[in-house]
Amino acid sequence: MKTTIMVLVGLVVVGLIALPGLRQAMERLRSAPKTDEQARREVMQAPISTPSDVSVRAQMYWLSASSPNTLEAATIQLPLSADAVERSKQLLNALIARVPDPKLRTLPAEANLLAFYMQPDGTAIADFSDEISSAMPSGILSEQLAVQSIAQTLGANVSGIRQLKILVHGQEAETLAGHLDLYGMFPVASAGAAAAGTTPAPVTTPAAAAPIAAAAKPAPAAASTAPPATGRTGTTKPGPASSAPGKPASH
Amino acid sequence: MIVDPAHGGADSGARGSSGIVESDVSLSFARLLRISLEAQGLRVIMTRQANDGPSLDDRSKLANAQREGIFISLHVSSAGQPGTVRVYSLPQTPPPPGSASAPRGGLLPWDRAQFRYIDQSRRLAELIQIQMAQHFHGSPETPLEAPVRQLRTVGLPAVAIEVSSVSIPTRGQLDQMGPALADGVARAVSAYRTIYEAGSR
Repeated sequence: MKTTIMVLVGLVVVGLIALPGLRQAMERLRSAPKTDEQARREVMQAPISTPSDVSVRAQMYWLSASSPNTLEAATIQLPLSADAVERSKQLLNALIARVPDPKLRTLPAEANLLAFYMQPDGTAIADFSDEISSAMPSGILSEQLAVQSIAQTLGANVSGIRQLKILVHGQEAETLAGHLDLYGMFPVASAGAAAAGTTPAPVTTPAAAAPIAAAAKPAPAAASTAPPATGRTGTTKPGPASSAPGKPASH
Repeated sequence: MIVDPAHGGADSGARGSSGIVESDVSLSFARLLRISLEAQGLRVIMTRQANDGPSLDDRSKLANAQREGIFISLHVSSAGQPGTVRVYSLPQTPPPPGSASAPRGGLLPWDRAQFRYIDQSRRLAELIQIQMAQHFHGSPETPLEAPVRQLRTVGLPAVAIEVSSVSIPTRGQLDQMGPALADGVARAVSAYRTIYEAGSR
């Protein structure tokens, strides 16, 4: 009996000694990244910071909470570079990582922007990791909204982008996730052009702009995801659509 | 008539958390649509009969081997309000400069075979979407435009019909939509042929 009591007392003492350590371990776990994906993102994607960063109110296009078949502009405070390429990377990373509610997500959380290029003619090339396809909810609607969210977010915050090519892991992909054609270029209505009161980007077509313009009423400069321009275009030449006659969006 | 149940084989398409897969549902919709179209006396070719997975180009090849007809691709999305249906055709695209995107009687470039038929496809989509809006509350009144890869290489009037969605608890609701979907599409095809094809061929 005496031995048992002494053993129990010993266990209580050990427990009391170990308690602060356990509490610290729990605190560490609580502050640790919630998911593997978040942990991976912290390792792989350190925030891009450039000397010209200025905190601005960036317009991001995610799904509309009230009408999930459409996009809606949300304004977030974001440090953005004056350099168009760095600025675009910052925006696309934020488009993936800063979504206010997972239900409003347009791009998979697992996707990473691997590279971003801009050419003098206003062609932007966004190269995403495989997850942009493999983790993308399949369907015409969801894939079109994904491309629109990229094009419209770039268009609203970066001047000079006229068209966008999407690559998957450095390669041209046939589709985004089984439906949407990634064959050519997607037109981008640049904020710069809209602010200057000029004709929308030449590649914007009335028909293509219809669902997008309707989907983004708060946007001052709605971009569109018209079909990729006809004809296979390399990433080093302007796409055929870039020199097509300009037509203002009529919807 | 070429009816295309999207995906199949290793490519299941959209997959819901309850296990509903797009390739299965699109095939069952296609079988119902085939019956409705054949009831109108139309000859129907399906791009797949079972759970096999012809490539997108194989499907286009089958369609383009026909001298005339209509191509209808059936899809089930992972998004959108359940019980609704959207009809898509390719958007109008400015022809690339110097290209023969609208050849006169010549060969049609394979990679943009659809561009000669965009207006016809849009008219067909309008008629089908009207039927879908009548049958399925919450569906848009007018068709949508999207660069759907399958349609680009089809040299016939061509539309994609996307039903929402695989993201429902059981497949019953989708199965219930099948007969009305098939009936509505067949009626729209009949109207299209009456209005637009009677005098054109």
